[in-house]
Amino acid sequence: MREVGEGDLEDLAIGAAVLGTGGGGNPYIGKLLAKQAIREHGPVTLVSVDEVPDEAVVVPSAMMGAPTVMVEKLPRGDEIIHAFKALEDYLGRPITHTVSIEAGGLNSTTPFSVAARMGIPLVDCDGMGRAFPEIQMVTATMYGVSATPMALADDKGNTALINTVDNRWTERLARSITIDMGATAMIALYVLTGKQLKEAMVPGTLGLAQELGSLIRQTRAAHGDAVGAILQRLNGFQIFSGKIADVRRRTEAGFAKGEARIEGIDQDAGSVLTIRFQNEHLVAIRDDRIVATVPDLIIVLEADSGEPITTEELRYGFRVAVIVTPCDARWRTPAGLALVGPRFFGYDVDYVPVEERFGSRGAAPATGL
Amino acid sequence: MRIGIDVGGTNTDAVLMQGRQVLAEVKTPTTPDVTAGIVAALRRLVSDSSLEPAQVHAVMIGTTHFTNAVIEAKRLMPTAAVRLGLPATQALPPMVDWPERLTQAIGGHAYLCHGGHEFDGRLISPLDPDELRRVGADIADRGIRTVAISSVFSPVNQELEEQAAEIIQTEVPGVAVSLSHQIGRIGLLERENATIVNACLRDLAVSIVEAFHSALAEVGIRSPVYLSQNDGTLMSVDYAERYPVATFASGPTNSMRGAAFLSGVLDCAVIDVGGTTTDIGVLLHGFPREASIAVEIGQVRTNFRMPDVFSFGLGGGSLVSDQGQLQIGPESVGYELTSKALVFGGDVLTATDLAVAAGLADLGERARVAQVDSRLVEQGVALMQSRIAEAVDRMKTSAQPIPIVIVGGGSILLRDHVPGASEVIKPDHFAVANAIGAAIAQVGGEVDRVFSLDQMSREAALEQARAEAAQKAVAAGAREGTVNVTDVEEVPLAYLPSNATRIRVKAVGELELEAESVARSR
Repeated sequence: MREVGEGDLEDLAIGAAVLGTGGGGNPYIGKLLAKQAIREHGPVTLVSVDEVPDEAVVVPSAMMGAPTVMVEKLPRGDEIIHAFKALEDYLGRPITHTVSIEAGGLNSTTPFSVAARMGIPLVDCDGMGRAFPEIQMVTATMYGVSATPMALADDKGNTALINTVDNRWTERLARSITIDMGATAMIALYVLTGKQLKEAMVPGTLGLAQELGSLIRQTRAAHGDAVGAILQRLNGFQIFSGKIADVRRRTEAGFAKGEARIEGIDQDAGSVLTIRFQNEHLVAIRDDRIVATVPDLIIVLEADSGEPITTEELRYGFRVAVIVTPCDARWRTPAGLALVGPRFFGYDVDYVPVEERFGSRGAAPATGL
Repeated sequence: MRIGIDVGGTNTDAVLMQGRQVLAEVKTPTTPDVTAGIVAALRRLVSDSSLEPAQVHAVMIGTTHFTNAVIEAKRLMPTAAVRLGLPATQALPPMVDWPERLTQAIGGHAYLCHGGHEFDGRLISPLDPDELRRVGADIADRGIRTVAISSVFSPVNQELEEQAAEIIQTEVPGVAVSLSHQIGRIGLLERENATIVNACLRDLAVSIVEAFHSALAEVGIRSPVYLSQNDGTLMSVDYAERYPVATFASGPTNSMRGAAFLSGVLDCAVIDVGGTTTDIGVLLHGFPREASIAVEIGQVRTNFRMPDVFSFGLGGGSLVSDQGQLQIGPESVGYELTSKALVFGGDVLTATDLAVAAGLADLGERARVAQVDSRLVEQGVALMQSRIAEAVDRMKTSAQPIPIVIVGGGSILLRDHVPGASEVIKPDHFAVANAIGAAIAQVGGEVDRVFSLDQMSREAALEQARAEAAQKAVAAGAREGTVNVTDVEEVPLAYLPSNATRIRVKAVGELELEAESVARSR
């Protein structure tokens, strides 16, 4: 158990952008919301997974909607309290803890403002170990945990409580309600017992995000190799060094889709790496062969500073290091791959773990496209 | 004829131009009271060129006063920030992320009111006139004379900001009002910040404009006066009094535009090598490419229209050290170059010394660098070239080689060849590129809005945006027939199934000069 104050959030937001693998929304607003809530209500108590009693009622909290709207229509602040109250009324018992649904991007910091306002502890874990674009894409889905009952709340005081037959239906209905609420809503979902939390979530990821942020800051201050430091901490592999040559974007079915072409430099000179994204990076293709896919984390870092670059920020000329780090082991099971594997996102290839492709002396067995 | 003036932190530069010709140029030290420095520059310009003040049709001024006032938190007015967005947005009130020093300097008066729009044009809540009257009364009680009004999604619909302004102006007679939709883009906090900064500069803007007028009157010039904006276009002084924030970062813009004019190249990279830093920007159709990410001024996050300039610590005065690893900059002897560098009899090895030793430049006494290790000279020069080449490459918009124009006193560090450049141009008059940039500025109009493509085709939306931008340029003083669309940018909005897209269009045209147009019509 430890207290998290305003000062810790800077590092956390940067580390969350690393785990966001290009998406997850800009952490700036999330960071400000958390800072402001802590300023008004005091520091947040962060507890580790094993400190949570088995009978605890744990509810993840998050912002849902379009990141481009979130920067314009800022929250009222107490939306999440309405969502939590609606859920508590339905459940007939108080919520004891909150938790992050995704450690990557904006929603890594969202639960801090919830914990500060509600005066409940925040558990150091998340539902993905990274960021994904849809509600059902959490490890808890594999354990049969239902996303519903789910509460959504807006700035006007409206709340909606939904019950669905499965977690993909939750995504669908919640997305429609969110749009009516103004393309942004605060949500509370995936009610877990402490016991379920321990088996179904990815532990330690908020602490990890903060550690990554601090690693980048300190390594840079010492003029060290920030990319190398991140690789080491995440047991990752640098798969490419290059310069962004082209970025294409389009909006499709409510997602930011597109691809970035990176021209190789140094040992990768002469090769081209293409990263395709749907909010988050999905696959990396080196000269027509897929060399990395979801659910492993495909992360683009600014080569000199080690700063993570989101897909909105990708621009011609950036010098980048592309690194791939192993995802949580549960994503690699058949059930996990059915939820977030390459085929779910429309790539008809088998998932090959990053360490099998790059593990021994960097020889990369590639998958034909 | 027109006069371009650049009032910088160190020097005030002025040029006299007729058409595309530079008739005279002067450089004088900037003075604390502004007026004296400009008068001195104008006097010299008049005497150098035997100019009749009546022949001057327009004076264009670029200034850093407003930027510096914010950075120093001096001469700022107590300001009220009124935001329309309740019940939303309360979690992050106005000025939430400002440095304490600046918030205190303007009083930190924030009012949250009902109003604002949803992304699709619905109201968040209706405007509450009584609430705004109460806010107005409180503003009047506190003796505040300037108000910044922001409303959620006002770049999509500006009505509520205008209605709120009307109510507050009734309650607080004579109050100065700054509206966020006139100033910034989507991104409430950044746009609101820029609007508040604008509001707190209103008195200073009036007094600076007065100082300009009296300086011109003193030398007998009675022509219209324009100020440079950060996007390379001009604004009238009336507009500048209302929107001083638009002058922010006009310095680098003017220098880049001046470089383009002097070289005749409209699409190029411009390298401005100074004593301590090198600034690199990119011109597209003669206008600086704008930064797409948030820009901080005096630690306030904004989304101003700012040129995308990459700066790094390499200049004529950069220190050279060779302890294990060869390093040039970022430390610099700065303005002391002419006393501290080896070639000028000093004892510090600088980038200029390497350039002289390598034969790139002929400055000071070359014999004084004869004993510098030739391998060090070779490696040092190579390092400088590669750092500049890398920075140019970083700023390019495509992999194609592009022309490069070099200005600034430190440009002697550069060889005539830069990798990635199709040609390298070092134009005449490079020392006053800023003032020339001011003199040749045009007027423009911009549209930046979210369009829903459910109701109209993408082509229709683009056409509507282009037409609006052109109208805005004419309204700002551009001569019809000279207006061109210079920039079109489309950003599809993620997650929105209604297929919304954000379109930014900029149109510019030549300034309608009364005297010149009379001359043409004859």
